[in-house]
Amino acid sequence: MAFLDVANLEAFYGPIQALHGISFSLEQGGITTILGANGAGKTTTLRAICGMVKTNGQVSFDGESIAGKKTEKIVRYGVAHVPEGRGTFVRVSTEDNLRLGAYSRRDAGAVAEDMERVYGYFPRLKERRNQQAGTLSGGEQQMLAVGRALMLRPRLMLLDEPSFGLAPLIVQELFEILRVINQEEGVSMLLVEQNANLALNLADHAYLLETGRVVISGTSEEISSDETVRQSYLGY
Amino acid sequence: MPDISMVELVQQVLGGLATGAIYACIALSVVMIYQAIDHFNFAQGEMAMFSAFITWQMIDWGANYWVAFFVCIALSFIGGMAIERIIFAPLRNAPVFTHIVVFIALFQIFNAGAGYIWEFTIREFPSPFPERLPFDTTLIGPHDLGMMAVVLIMLGLIFLFFRFTPVGLAMRAAAAAPDSARLVGISVGMMLALGWGLAAAIGAVGGMMIAPVVYLEPNMMLGILLYGFAGAVVGGLTSPGGAVLGGFMMGVIEPVAGMFIGSELKLTVALVVIVTILIFRPSGMFGRVVVQRV
Repeated sequence: MAFLDVANLEAFYGPIQALHGISFSLEQGGITTILGANGAGKTTTLRAICGMVKTNGQVSFDGESIAGKKTEKIVRYGVAHVPEGRGTFVRVSTEDNLRLGAYSRRDAGAVAEDMERVYGYFPRLKERRNQQAGTLSGGEQQMLAVGRALMLRPRLMLLDEPSFGLAPLIVQELFEILRVINQEEGVSMLLVEQNANLALNLADHAYLLETGRVVISGTSEEISSDETVRQSYLGY
Repeated sequence: MPDISMVELVQQVLGGLATGAIYACIALSVVMIYQAIDHFNFAQGEMAMFSAFITWQMIDWGANYWVAFFVCIALSFIGGMAIERIIFAPLRNAPVFTHIVVFIALFQIFNAGAGYIWEFTIREFPSPFPERLPFDTTLIGPHDLGMMAVVLIMLGLIFLFFRFTPVGLAMRAAAAAPDSARLVGISVGMMLALGWGLAAAIGAVGGMMIAPVVYLEPNMMLGILLYGFAGAVVGGLTSPGGAVLGGFMMGVIEPVAGMFIGSELKLTVALVVIVTILIFRPSGMFGRVVVQRV
């Protein structure tokens, strides 16, 4: 069984069905991306894995079924979700945001080390450690969101459009750090992106969603060379 | 303008601060719950009254005042949590009017419940403070001074709790951004229940402290609730510190206005001050202007 195994996953917003039985899997240590147009169900897929929407179907993480569990319980398995809109706690300091990321941990010493590690990846956050997080720039808040997720010592990170609204240079920097986190710390990643080029560059596997269904899947190379994907999502 | 001595003014201000401390308790309770669930708890005063009755009962049975005081705080805390878990957790996404009806029902349940159990007669409630201060002063009475001290100590502890403990931080996070809070592993439901527990406990302290002044009876908190609300609104419903300050202000404005303008108009003047502040600062003195996300 794969590290993350999703089978026949359906998701509902009230009476509206957003996912129509999608199945995919992710290997430990890998980066998988979910591509698709607006409204295809990318964000919903991440929310469904985290128990933030009503779902049917199976989700298993490292051999344990997490479908139907509460979000705050799923997090404790080591699943860190970097949500759409960054989910910053705007009224507290940058450092308190990171502290909150480690809320479910009880190993205070290791938490302090991890905070330094996050500051190592993102020195800008250290400069702004006592600043109210709501006053950070968009790029800094995205770094904070990734940093907050790292504070969980996650085994799997769910990243929802980390490039959204950021300047190209910042995006490049951020994706480089994500690659380092994946390679050096072995954190598996499930990445949702509008920017298909960017995503395929980072990921090893990809799935293409259309209106709540998986239509194509394969390695990043296969997907990059797929005629439909190239024309519709990569634009050449 | 009537002839007013400095001593008289200081007396009125200190007395006002003492009553204001109680308004501040209620204002803080109301704001804590408002921040968590976006609704005004009309029953906050009645919950405090009920707590005061419980203390009275324990003392009547022979308990030491301070033992009864702390047991009452613990019971109120548990009761507040139970109210959230049993009644408000299922109403999480209910419309505004559902909440209003439930708050009114709670109000009536506590009010009539206290009347049924302890009767509607007015009772004396003991003050835990000595009848004489260890030093000579005509500026403030012993109960007023003691009540102010107790409330200030409590407010200080609550500030420290929210500012410096992980659970306090988690409670603030859960109230401000519930979805993000869940994503870091915070049980938002548990934090809401803790918030209700704390609010009930703070109200209980206010109720027990003011009971010797207004006497114990089921309707004792009515006026105090109104001033507490006003304090919360003037201070800013989004700012616990502002609400506390607003509560103290309410306590001081009324007696001082009474001195200068006469007791017939003191309430009117207090209200004019409130309305004036709100005209210039519609979200209260320390409230954030809420921008609706679309």
